[in-house]
Amino acid sequence: MVNYNRTAQRAYQQQQEMLLEVQKLQFVTLDTALYLDTHPNDPVALYRHKMYTDQLKTVKDAYEMQFGPMTIFGHEVGDNWRYINSPWPWEV
Amino acid sequence: MFMYEKKLQYPVRVTNKDVRMAKAVLNQYGGADGEASASMNYLTQRFSMPLNETKAILTDIGTEELGHMEMVATLFKKLLNGATRDELIQAGMGGYYANHETCPFLLDSDGVPWEAKYTQAKGDPVADLYNDMAAEQKARATYENLILLTDDPLVKDTLRWLREREIVHFQRFGEGLRLVEEYSNSKRHF
Repeated sequence: MVNYNRTAQRAYQQQQEMLLEVQKLQFVTLDTALYLDTHPNDPVALYRHKMYTDQLKTVKDAYEMQFGPMTIFGHEVGDNWRYINSPWPWEV
Repeated sequence: MFMYEKKLQYPVRVTNKDVRMAKAVLNQYGGADGEASASMNYLTQRFSMPLNETKAILTDIGTEELGHMEMVATLFKKLLNGATRDELIQAGMGGYYANHETCPFLLDSDGVPWEAKYTQAKGDPVADLYNDMAAEQKARATYENLILLTDDPLVKDTLRWLREREIVHFQRFGEGLRLVEEYSNSKRHF
């Protein structure tokens, strides 16, 4: 979708950048978790998983504060339920 | 339980519409070796796993595959975005459009509907994990074929990423199989 309004375009760009940060951190967290599933005592993987989950929480909280909850269990801090109106993944 | 998170696991982008390619990628949605088969396989088989490690790996990979279904469906949808009537007919998608418009449906590229026969749950953890390792290799091979079928660098990027996931899953299932075999050797005598 092409957006010709510059303010809206900047907001869209910012949303995409923040979303990519969430995706990156969630991916490394998930991949480390799969490794831990079959190596539950690996100290390096445990350390990494803890580090990634901490970072993931920070970027996800920031994203949800600004663009609304990503899941129905997230906090809605605004005065309307933004979950339905934030871009659906296949429409971005 | 399962929770939905409103985002793709990895970005899906296309440079241009490509009806022919949309038809090809549908294989990884509703085909025998597609993401639906993988997910249903693992999420079903986990109920008979003897070890917590293998219960976990089947649960978590089975869940990741649901996310891959969403990625493949998104790719399909984006490749069809803006396609004209003539383009749909030329690519042999006229019949598909009549039935489903541009909504992804659980079919393979030749229109064969998805069925439970594509999945296996033997109840025997060694048999099931070997089956899962083969499933990952078949999906890897399909992604390689799909990568060869397109020139679009963005489509290739998504397909390459999905291909890499099959390799990681194969590795994790192999580790699970080793753990199950060690466990069986210590418990069973024939």
